[in-house]
Amino acid sequence: MNTEILSRIQFAFTIAFHYIYPPLSIGLGVVLVIMEGMYLRTGKQIYEQMTRFWIKIFALIFGIGVATGIVMEFEFGTNWAVYSRYVGDIFGSALAAEGIFAFALESGFLGILLFGWNRVSPRVHFFSTIMVALGSMFSAIWIVVANSWQQTPAGYRIEGEGMKARAVITDFWEMVFNPSSVDRLSHVIIGSFLAGSFLVLSVNAYYILRKRHLEIAKAGFKIALTVATVASLMQLFTGHRSADGVAKHQPAKLAAFEGHYDSSAVADMYLMGWTNADKREITGLKIPGGLSFLLHQDFTTPVKGLDAFPKEDRPSSRAVNVVFQTYHLMVAIGMALIGLSVLAVFLWWKGKLFEQKWLLQIFAWSVLLPQIANQVGWYSAEIGRQPWVVYGLLRTSDALSQSLKTEQVLFSLIMFTLVYTLLFVLFLYLLNKKIKHGPVDTHSEAIPDSSKRDNPILN
Amino acid sequence: METILGLDLPTWWFLVIGAVFSGYAILDGFDLGAGALHLFFKKEESRRIALNAIGPVWDGNEVWLVIGGGALFAGFPVVYATILSALYELFMVFLVMLIFRAISIEFRSKEPMHWWRRLWDVSYSISSILLALALGLVLGNVIQGIAIDQNYAYQGTLLDLFNPYALLVAVTTLALFMMHGAIYLVMKTENRLYAKLTILVKNTTIFFVLMFAITSLATLLYIPHMITRYKEVPYMFAFPVLAILAVANITRQIAYRKYFFAFLSSAFVTAMLIILVAVGLFPNIILSTIDPDLHITVYNGSSTEKSLKIMLTFAAIGVPLVGVYTSFVFWTFRGKVKLDETSY
Repeated sequence: MNTEILSRIQFAFTIAFHYIYPPLSIGLGVVLVIMEGMYLRTGKQIYEQMTRFWIKIFALIFGIGVATGIVMEFEFGTNWAVYSRYVGDIFGSALAAEGIFAFALESGFLGILLFGWNRVSPRVHFFSTIMVALGSMFSAIWIVVANSWQQTPAGYRIEGEGMKARAVITDFWEMVFNPSSVDRLSHVIIGSFLAGSFLVLSVNAYYILRKRHLEIAKAGFKIALTVATVASLMQLFTGHRSADGVAKHQPAKLAAFEGHYDSSAVADMYLMGWTNADKREITGLKIPGGLSFLLHQDFTTPVKGLDAFPKEDRPSSRAVNVVFQTYHLMVAIGMALIGLSVLAVFLWWKGKLFEQKWLLQIFAWSVLLPQIANQVGWYSAEIGRQPWVVYGLLRTSDALSQSLKTEQVLFSLIMFTLVYTLLFVLFLYLLNKKIKHGPVDTHSEAIPDSSKRDNPILN
Repeated sequence: METILGLDLPTWWFLVIGAVFSGYAILDGFDLGAGALHLFFKKEESRRIALNAIGPVWDGNEVWLVIGGGALFAGFPVVYATILSALYELFMVFLVMLIFRAISIEFRSKEPMHWWRRLWDVSYSISSILLALALGLVLGNVIQGIAIDQNYAYQGTLLDLFNPYALLVAVTTLALFMMHGAIYLVMKTENRLYAKLTILVKNTTIFFVLMFAITSLATLLYIPHMITRYKEVPYMFAFPVLAILAVANITRQIAYRKYFFAFLSSAFVTAMLIILVAVGLFPNIILSTIDPDLHITVYNGSSTEKSLKIMLTFAAIGVPLVGVYTSFVFWTFRGKVKLDETSY
């Protein structure tokens, strides 16, 4: 194993782990705003109880998201020093903007969300919830902008040569609104709404099945179902727009998405399949000409295939299969989420939503689906960009820190693996515990007496 | 080159980053210090009060590190890339300790078992201590310079980073944070814990003053390049003088038990120490011990003027905003800590 492979594994591992949490915070943030908004409007206690309950879960998720996010910020410099020098002029400003405009907002007001119940008025508390939710979305904006610039660079020029070469900003807004920013951002944000709302759906489905906290669970389920339905339908739209953008700006990646090798041929759309690098074809279930139709509204127009690019400028044949599989899994899950939420809304309309045990069982497990979709979607986006770290400009293999030694990366990779494993186990344990414990009747606890002070349940 | 108020853009950005890192050292400094002192508190209730004194703010304090990292990446990408890759292991341990500290605070109160809480107390305290030491080690090595070649690649070994001077700076940093943290905690506590902390404030202050004196002497004797700037521009001597006066003022305020003013003074001292280093280094940021021609300065290490200008606009809008809501949060949680159902 060389330094490059190890560094790539380390980066992929740390970011994949980190990427479990921010989408949950973003989605949960929106659900929280609705819940607390309902509480302020109706004054009903169940909304207050569910808000308090979900804020505690939010804090747990947010805490791990922050801790693992700081790692990402510094890993660019530790492992990818050449990359950092190359893109600092551009990428750095997006990261700095994230810190100052988003992260500070989120972390500042989180304290009030958690500890401020008895110190600020309900309105100020609600305001803080909105700020935290907004902050988490602003974070996504800047991070996705930075990443999108790597996918479709714009608003820059290259200066210098060799080790001194770097991308220099020429137009800030062109950089921010590079060709893929808006599509990718909307896709990521909606994916986050799905992650958050399905967590709430899952937990509430579990409560309803167990006949616990029934009133709170049913009300919470309906709020989350509303968010989930709107989001899953919108995801169809943003997904299509993203794929369209990839076809225009990163054709080699799109060819990898669909395993399309031959530029002169009509492109089929596969529902599932397996790529065969030697025969340069896919075996699987397909809609003939489906991709051609999706991109050109015509079943017979050829689509640029992998063979249009030199071997060293496109994903390797092994990577193509990974990209193909992850991309298709993402699409399949997206469709499943639409089916699931639309079916549930239909039953709600019929007044039979909570009578279908099997459906609630599915919802109880459904929390995994958006998580998997977000993960594999990210893999296909990032692996599909290879061998480039900045598309068409800088190769991943050239981006590595020059002084880095294999044993250094091995040491840090092992350390992260151990720590993140521990972290994940603790996270699941505590999340499970909080869920088992469930929302509590807050009013009887509003004035804690001294005998309760060391009661662990109140801590 | 474009200038604002007589200073060029890279110098402005050097000042911005200095200000952000000062903000970080002042804010996270007191909660790291509180963490370093945590095991001195023996009773469960004392530990909870100490944790809740930093509870609503520590996360916001850490934001300044994130902003500082982003600002360094953006303004001086060459410095960011070089220092992080050169001090690889140090930063990796730093990052892992940040995680441990965050989860210790987060997880400690989630289970009632004695061993569980003890475990996270120890983890919280040790990670806080190691974080302070790691920051000091980085600072110590930056002050001395590091072995970087023409490709910005580090030519030294891990052991080189643990040289006597860097270790001295590391211990001084820990001492500063412990004093700063003790003063913060004494403001936030009452009764028994308050009494205990008044003693800790005294001891940590003595510890810091001692370390401050030794490190200053060592710098004067062994790091001559840190003084050249002061000799060139004599009115810069105002900074060390102010730093010494502020240190003296801490001891005075503590003697009068005016802890709020003592806290302001120790915050001021923290900022002054960073300014002392910044002035000593300027216009260099990373000194190459291999060849002075390879020094990374604010000019050859910075982003383009256009990029710096965009970010100065960000800073002009963002920093006051952050200031407003940081103050709002601190104001909301002013006064002595009382445990309630939202506490850790």
